[in-house]
Amino acid sequence: MTELLAKPFADWHPLLFILFAGAIPTQMWRWLGVFLSVSLDEDSEILRWVKAVATALVAGLIANLVIYPSGVLADLPLWLRLGALAFGYGVYLVHRGHIIWGILAGESVLLLGALLLS
Amino acid sequence: MSDNPKTSRSRSALSWYREGAKQIVSVPAFILMISFIGFGALTREAGLTVFDAMVLGLATWALPSAVVVVGAILAELPFYTTVFAVCLASIRLMPMTMALAPILKGSKVKTWHLLVASNFVAVTAWVYAMNRLPELEDRNARLPFFLGFGLTLAIVNTVIIGLSHTLVTTLPEIMAAGLLFLMPIYFLVSMTQAAKVPAEYLAIGLGLILGPTFHYLNPQTGLLLCGLIGGTLAYLIARVIRVARGEV
Repeated sequence: MTELLAKPFADWHPLLFILFAGAIPTQMWRWLGVFLSVSLDEDSEILRWVKAVATALVAGLIANLVIYPSGVLADLPLWLRLGALAFGYGVYLVHRGHIIWGILAGESVLLLGALLLS
Repeated sequence: MSDNPKTSRSRSALSWYREGAKQIVSVPAFILMISFIGFGALTREAGLTVFDAMVLGLATWALPSAVVVVGAILAELPFYTTVFAVCLASIRLMPMTMALAPILKGSKVKTWHLLVASNFVAVTAWVYAMNRLPELEDRNARLPFFLGFGLTLAIVNTVIIGLSHTLVTTLPEIMAAGLLFLMPIYFLVSMTQAAKVPAEYLAIGLGLILGPTFHYLNPQTGLLLCGLIGGTLAYLIARVIRVARGEV
């Protein structure tokens, strides 16, 4: 058994590897989250803190997608990626309530920059 | 939408489920589908069968976890290393679920309902739900709405994995870069849209700065530290503001 745990995907039944190495280690956090939240009130201090932690996590994930991107986005210079994100965000903040304008503005800057550089 | 979903109170759970399912035609759902096209292509490059790829996508229902598993398969990582990496990539789902669960609660909602719903907690559905669900005054509308949206997203994207795995398409590079950029810009604006209290605005700002900083120091635990330190700081600063305003 311990020997199997040290083996890679190729030595496993694919579905068992997906289940035990992929699905369960992911799902358990969701289930744990439900059990921990059962006794929490929407306005409790703990929940305010948890919500701040979750928000900071997702914001960190967003920044990482732009600063440490994958695929072809990584071929574009950092200043263009950050500039496009900042411009899109700025446009959104001016047109509060209409997220689509922010998305279109950011995308436009990125694509225009990519075209000019290519 | 023909009627205003915020005010109609006497609708059945099934009609709220359908209302949620209809949100498959929305900007966030569209952005997620594009990301899954990329994932389908990635699984093919990694040598996964189309069936395994679809099971992996659906059973984890969190792209970062699924991508970590594919990376582990490519790098031939041992089982236990993969488990560890997936745990680190998905621990963020716990505070996200804890923040969403109280919003989903209604008089008829049982814990097992929440356990089922929690399977659909992933960044896209979470950001969308944190934005839209509090607008639904009828609390018993929230769970069916979320289930309708989550289940439809999961099924449609599983089909997309299958299609993109089978018919790998190569997009022009500029288009592909534009599509990859949709995810962060969309998340950023819609998370700000969902924020209501100082703690959330502070958490967004701190997270944006600390995420890349901690990732640079340690790519594996960086995001977790960003959440814990950034979130705690945001909470504490906001608490000082609330005390000063006399809200606490």
